[in-house]
Amino acid sequence: MSAIQPPAETIWWKQPLDRVEGTWISIALLWSLIMFFMMPIWHVYGKQNLSNEAYRTTPAAFMAKTQAMVDEYTVRTETDMQLPVVHPPPGSDIYLIGRLWQWWPLLELEKDQTYRLHISSMDWQHGFSLQPVNINTQIVPGYEMVLTITPDTSEDQTIICNEYCGLNHHTMVGKIYITDGGS
Amino acid sequence: MNTEQFRICPESGLQFHKPAETLMRIHAVAAIVILLVGGITALLVTLTRWPAVHLLPADRFYQLLTMHGVNMLIFWIITFEIAILYFCSSTLLRCRLATPRIAWLGFALMMIGVVVNNAAVLKGDASVMMTSYVPMPANPNFYLGLILFAVGALLGCFIFLGTLVIAKEEQTYEGSIPLVTFGALTACIIAVFTIASGAVILIPTYMWSMGWIEHIDAVMYRLVWWALGHSSQQINVAAHVAVWYAIAAIVFGAKPLSEKVSRTAFLLYIAFLQLASAHHLLVDPGISSTWKIFNTSYAMYLAVLASMVHGLTVPGSIEVAQRAKGFSQGLFQWLRKAPWGNPVFSGMFISLIGFGFLGGISGVVMGTEQINIIIHNTIYVPGHFHATVVIGTTLAFMSLTYFLIPVLFRRQLVMPWLAKWQPYLFGLGMGVFTTVMMGAGTLGVARRHWDMAFTDAALGFDYPASAYTLMGLVGISGMLAIVGGAIFILVTVLSVFFGKPVESESPYGVAATILPKAEPTIEPAGGHAATGKWGFAAPGTFVFAIFFLAIFVVYYAVNWKYLASVWPMQ
Ligand code: HEM
Ligand SMILES: [Cu+2]
Repeated sequence: MSAIQPPAETIWWKQPLDRVEGTWISIALLWSLIMFFMMPIWHVYGKQNLSNEAYRTTPAAFMAKTQAMVDEYTVRTETDMQLPVVHPPPGSDIYLIGRLWQWWPLLELEKDQTYRLHISSMDWQHGFSLQPVNINTQIVPGYEMVLTITPDTSEDQTIICNEYCGLNHHTMVGKIYITDGGS
Repeated sequence: MNTEQFRICPESGLQFHKPAETLMRIHAVAAIVILLVGGITALLVTLTRWPAVHLLPADRFYQLLTMHGVNMLIFWIITFEIAILYFCSSTLLRCRLATPRIAWLGFALMMIGVVVNNAAVLKGDASVMMTSYVPMPANPNFYLGLILFAVGALLGCFIFLGTLVIAKEEQTYEGSIPLVTFGALTACIIAVFTIASGAVILIPTYMWSMGWIEHIDAVMYRLVWWALGHSSQQINVAAHVAVWYAIAAIVFGAKPLSEKVSRTAFLLYIAFLQLASAHHLLVDPGISSTWKIFNTSYAMYLAVLASMVHGLTVPGSIEVAQRAKGFSQGLFQWLRKAPWGNPVFSGMFISLIGFGFLGGISGVVMGTEQINIIIHNTIYVPGHFHATVVIGTTLAFMSLTYFLIPVLFRRQLVMPWLAKWQPYLFGLGMGVFTTVMMGAGTLGVARRHWDMAFTDAALGFDYPASAYTLMGLVGISGMLAIVGGAIFILVTVLSVFFGKPVESESPYGVAATILPKAEPTIEPAGGHAATGKWGFAAPGTFVFAIFFLAIFVVYYAVNWKYLASVWPMQ
């Protein structure tokens, strides 16, 4: 019984390593370094990085910007709730609100075009989870996150909420429709 | 010193101090009762996430999920850990426990906290999940319960530290403290830090819920909350690694390959893991990539390195001990000849494998800044942490309990044949459970979500059929694990309260003895490595480690590839 007893050698820190330990530590350290460098490398060469762009905002200010976009670019409404579907010009700043319990408005984007998507919450924390492409970020009230996205698939996407936000959390669903452009 | 209060367990040679013994017993029993509450909620929650069953209504589901998270992750684990701290100080060092009265006070505070918190959740206005992210409000008693519990646990930590001081002053042991106690010490230091962070965030949140403070910034909350939430996982890792070493020593007489490496690895946990709380904030707004990368990599990978080192040295120490006993044929005879029918060992070994292969690899992968984009808040996340805190920590604690029943409680195990199967059922059930959960997460299924079919939503969404299959398997494998958990509770409760007393006598009143140093290893001719291969003392373990690394590398690469397929964004 020995790991539950004091070390046999008083000067235990001078005891040499076993070769198996030394070898494994070197391999594991090397692997840790590779994993470390992958992250900055992906920032330079990879295409999927979250931006550092975020601003402090207030629900009222963010609502105003979103409303302006909705007023200008709504192309139709959906469901009996008359949810607006907005088709903003490619390259523009677009806005998405998370609130109890919807993602508002619905967006229609053109494939292979780039948009600056601003997202914020009006109330509690929400989880922006775009399916099936599977992009997930945290949406926090008081902060406006900006993601520069380029939809490169033509499948329509659903936004679900994956941060628990109360009783009807599981009904919080939005849409990003993708059109083939040129319309 | 009052020798009246000591007894020596004839089977294990461990020396117990009566007040410490009573306290350990009460903490262990309370922890197992809490585990039962957590288990019942696990059953109901799992039956709801199983799409074909979908048992509870939404409000109950969120309520019981809150209860499950808090009782399991905080109350069960920490209550048991306090017992471990007392064991590693008072029992292992053959020392009287510092201020048992205050230890009782700590225990009382913890239990009041458990009751206050659970009562708030049961009342129905505190279904906020264990994370209680602001600004979603909960009944103030929810936070109050957590605060009381934390203060009680903090007292336990100080008593552990106080006992170490007494042991040193009264010279109850020779030389340095044992490795296992050293591991417990790291757990304790991390716990003090954790509880301090907890106070920094929960006290203002409590005041906010009482209406005394206007506003709490949500990002600041997440940052400080995860300094608590994440480092408490470091307590668990340090504690269950210490338990692994202890069981290796108890079952095999194993000693660490080298004290220096194992102790340094524990120190790395203290030095580097705190900041890894950043990996919960990888996709949060308002936090820069540089900060995220620094805190997840420099800080996290050194702690990952530490775990990879323990992952080698724990089985490596077993291998060396077994080879010294003559089980030195080939690469794996030492492992084949291990006591697989003894739940103390089998549970510990399954805990080690499951923690490394399932919990460890998935944790590092999803903790990579960019890869987190495809995983954050999906059910992959609970898949990962059930591999760490359930297969890793909980199963390790279960194995230790099997050892403690005769030694600490002086009872024979009832139904030993059932106990023999328990780690397999629980470990393998959980192994499948976590794997299929991670699979469903990869398909985008959300965590903390009542209805993956979105039936009540204005707009719908259909997950692929494979996601439903995987969630069905989550249900089925979850049931297996629950049966495993129920057997554990049944066997331990029956043994402790109705088991036959152990036959040997262990009277109080023996003179306290001094804990001697370990026997120096008699180096076989040609050194340690003579019984091994390639100049390695533990070649079988090394092959295992390389196999582990190969899986790790492949899985890591696959995830980058998957990430590369999602929409470009910056
Ligand atoms: C047989 C045993 C267990 C089963 C079947 C089980 C099952 C589950 C399920 C289905 C969820 C819900 C996932 C979701 O919808 O987000 C969950 C959440 C959770 N479980 Fe377990 N669990 C078990 C044991 C444990 C143990 C022993 C622990 C801790 C030591 C634990 C800690 C947690 C935590 C922290 C959560 C997350 C709660 C939250 O999201 O706030 N579980 N568990
Ligand atoms: Cu939401």
